[in-house]
Amino acid sequence: MFKILKYSFYDLIRSRWSYVYFLFYLVLGFVLLFLNNDVSKAVITLMNIIIVLVPLIGTIFGVMYYYNSKEFTELLLAQPVKRSSIFLGQYLGVAGSLTLSLVLGLGIPFVLYGLLRSSAIFDFSLLLVTGAFLTLIFTALSFNIALSNENKIKGFGYAVLLWLFLAVVYDGIFLMSLILFKEYPLDNFSLIVTMFNPIDLSRTLILLKLDISALLGYTGAVFKQFFGTSQGFIISLLMLILWTVVPIWRMLYISKKKDF
Amino acid sequence: MATEVLLAKTITICKDCPIKTLSEGIETAAEYDTLRVKKGTYKEYNILVDKPLTIIGENFPVIDGEDKGEIIRIVSDQVTLDGLFLINVGTSYTTDYAAIRVVKSEYFDIRNIVLEKLFFGIYLEKSNNGRVYHNKIIGDAVDEYNSGNGIQLWYCKNVVVERNIIQHVRDGIYLEFSDNISIKDNTSTDNLRYGLHFMFSNDDIYTNNTFENNGAGVAVMFSKRIKMLGNTFRKNWGTAAFGMLLKEINDAEIIGNTFEENTIGINIEGSNRIMYKNNSFIQNGWAIKILGACYTNTFTLNNFLYNSFDISYNSKLNDNVFNKNYWSSYTGYDLDKNGMGDVPYRPVKLFSYIVNKTPETIVLLRSLFMDVIDFSEKVSPVFTPDNLLDSSPLMKQIP
Amino acid sequence: MIIVDNLYKKFGKNEVLSALNLKIEEPGIFAILGPNGSGKTTLIKSILGMVVPNNGHITLKGIPIKNNWKYRQEIDYLPQIANFPGNLKVKELIRMIKDLRDMPADEERLIALFKLEPFLNKKLSTLSGGTKQKVNLVLTFMFDSPLLILDEPTTGLDPASLIHLKEWVNQEKAKGKTILITSHIMQFVSEIADEIVYLLEGKIYFKGTKEALMTRTNQKNLEHAIAAIATTPANV
Repeated sequence: MFKILKYSFYDLIRSRWSYVYFLFYLVLGFVLLFLNNDVSKAVITLMNIIIVLVPLIGTIFGVMYYYNSKEFTELLLAQPVKRSSIFLGQYLGVAGSLTLSLVLGLGIPFVLYGLLRSSAIFDFSLLLVTGAFLTLIFTALSFNIALSNENKIKGFGYAVLLWLFLAVVYDGIFLMSLILFKEYPLDNFSLIVTMFNPIDLSRTLILLKLDISALLGYTGAVFKQFFGTSQGFIISLLMLILWTVVPIWRMLYISKKKDF
Repeated sequence: MATEVLLAKTITICKDCPIKTLSEGIETAAEYDTLRVKKGTYKEYNILVDKPLTIIGENFPVIDGEDKGEIIRIVSDQVTLDGLFLINVGTSYTTDYAAIRVVKSEYFDIRNIVLEKLFFGIYLEKSNNGRVYHNKIIGDAVDEYNSGNGIQLWYCKNVVVERNIIQHVRDGIYLEFSDNISIKDNTSTDNLRYGLHFMFSNDDIYTNNTFENNGAGVAVMFSKRIKMLGNTFRKNWGTAAFGMLLKEINDAEIIGNTFEENTIGINIEGSNRIMYKNNSFIQNGWAIKILGACYTNTFTLNNFLYNSFDISYNSKLNDNVFNKNYWSSYTGYDLDKNGMGDVPYRPVKLFSYIVNKTPETIVLLRSLFMDVIDFSEKVSPVFTPDNLLDSSPLMKQIP
Repeated sequence: MIIVDNLYKKFGKNEVLSALNLKIEEPGIFAILGPNGSGKTTLIKSILGMVVPNNGHITLKGIPIKNNWKYRQEIDYLPQIANFPGNLKVKELIRMIKDLRDMPADEERLIALFKLEPFLNKKLSTLSGGTKQKVNLVLTFMFDSPLLILDEPTTGLDPASLIHLKEWVNQEKAKGKTILITSHIMQFVSEIADEIVYLLEGKIYFKGTKEALMTRTNQKNLEHAIAAIATTPANV
């Protein structure tokens, strides 16, 4: 597996797109910090970007890589290598290079700015950790989609739809149902619905840091328990891990059954 | 009077002295005498100071009330208390026992007193022209119904409350029907209810105080012409917690204060003609929440930094002016380089309106979907007051 | 060497292999032939483990291949369409496959044979179809495994390389290897194959020597014999 990972990773970090992605974050980091000169504002802007862009890039890159390396995959399948190693290796190659672009692209300007000595370091690390999780999750989801769809156009379509659904539509439906059923106790419901969307989950994790004052304004005991103690942080993190592990497991499961 | 002062003598109180208790000392003393209380523990309560005296503790002698009731009651003008350590005030559901109670007296000076295990701390009743200076009041209040206030003023005038530290009582400082009071440089933290509580008190001024982690922050109610300058309100978290609650306040000045990490920075109800200037609102849930009829208030030159919501409004009407504030979430531009954005800023978001109606929706804070509908509301306001805007938002934070 | 027992494979509703049985015990060159869609590629891919059969067993040297991957060390496979990761260089690809298989390899001679030296530092995406096929051949032949599976090995090759290919295949056969070949070029098949395995509608329709095939179909040349076989009744 590590050999496959190594080659996929090398292949990717030499590709133009990884550089574009890396440079994008690098420029973004420099602009936010050195032009605005305001770490707190930079963290908030970055959060908005990470929550929307990272899943999109993860899905698109994942599908693109899978379809582009199809022949290569077939070459590998005829070699004495375990199937799960091939896909896990490729997956980790994609997710790893994307995560690296993100962490280095944002990390370099922040370190140069002297963030290590600032109190925003925790908020910022949390942002990077959620960004990494979102990359892992959405790349795994996109591999799932690509493995289940031989048709490239269809695969791309589903991947973009998945992103659109989780990033925007889901919250729209969520909001409507909260407003519609506001006569009923909703705190458990709203927390559970949050758990079922990795983007909402990451958002919650960041809210716990940035907006704890507002979150504690709500009366419900369940919210208070969730947001007011470390429970919310731990549960969200565990759910994110689950969200990473399940798609990876399913990816390996499909790949085992699939004909090439 | 001059001769009296010259003739004044000093009486020493200690365990081995002829005079062994404070009560005894007061009884034997003549007016304007000084009582020196040596280090030691004195089990006394209901000590009545009924003549002008200066009572000075050396190395903080302990006066232990043994939970039997009030410890010291001052009923004379010109009494000074200095350097005592008072503990174990009696708790009662019918009488407000205080460690020190000043009744209908003037020119008192209560300073350097330490209070612990108290019910009420320093209780001023119809007393004027005095000073409460540099005391430390450490309570252990758990429930509101059987705890008292740190410093309480009732029908007082011209009193200075300065450099006190008050913790873990019900209300840190409580004012009722008290006018021309100056509250300066106090630190009131971790109290059950309010750090500072005003009721029906006019023309008061409070400056450079710090209020932190109080159950509900600071409440200023039914008062006129209050000046609040340079105070810090921090970390008041919870359902009904505010940096500051204003209710039926008119003609106040709120200048140069810092509201940081409160669930609500300022909660305003039915308050008019207030000037909000040079304040900083940092990382609050809601910087300002306006409820009910509030007219002709002016918000200018304030910093609104990284609050989850800047302003929340529950009506569509607006008669307040927002001008030349700095808003960290402002995204406009300044082409004519006059330091003010060319596009007005709308501090009320549709989402804050939604959260007011359905509080659980708070979990959708900072969602892309919310940004989209906030944007559409910004373009054409339907639910939020359309004239509520800062037409000259500053491009740079006010230092 | 290879035993395929009662193999079934469906793609959707389309049954590609049905109850296929095949036994290849001895070394030699076996041409797997059949019309389009008769299941040649599916059979090969089943042996390679790329296609998962619905039913039936395949054993290689007595070991079932199901849920196994190590047996592929015994196989050198030449895929039909060689599309390699575009931004790798030829040299890197060869090094990488060697690294993956972790076996002794003899690429130098093959590179010389197919005159690939000038391309070693070129990216694969810049190569012509024929050159890619040569690279493909190098990757397949450089290892020394007892079973060789060649899927359309002649695609895009110039005459000189075709000759080299034939020589090399014969040389491998001489080492006592089993070689499975699919091809549409009958001349190539007749020159090189010892036995013909003919697939029709997902079954082995004929298995035997070239001579046996020609006798059975009453044809004098292999190309016609192949064309005629489907119309000749089986088991005559």
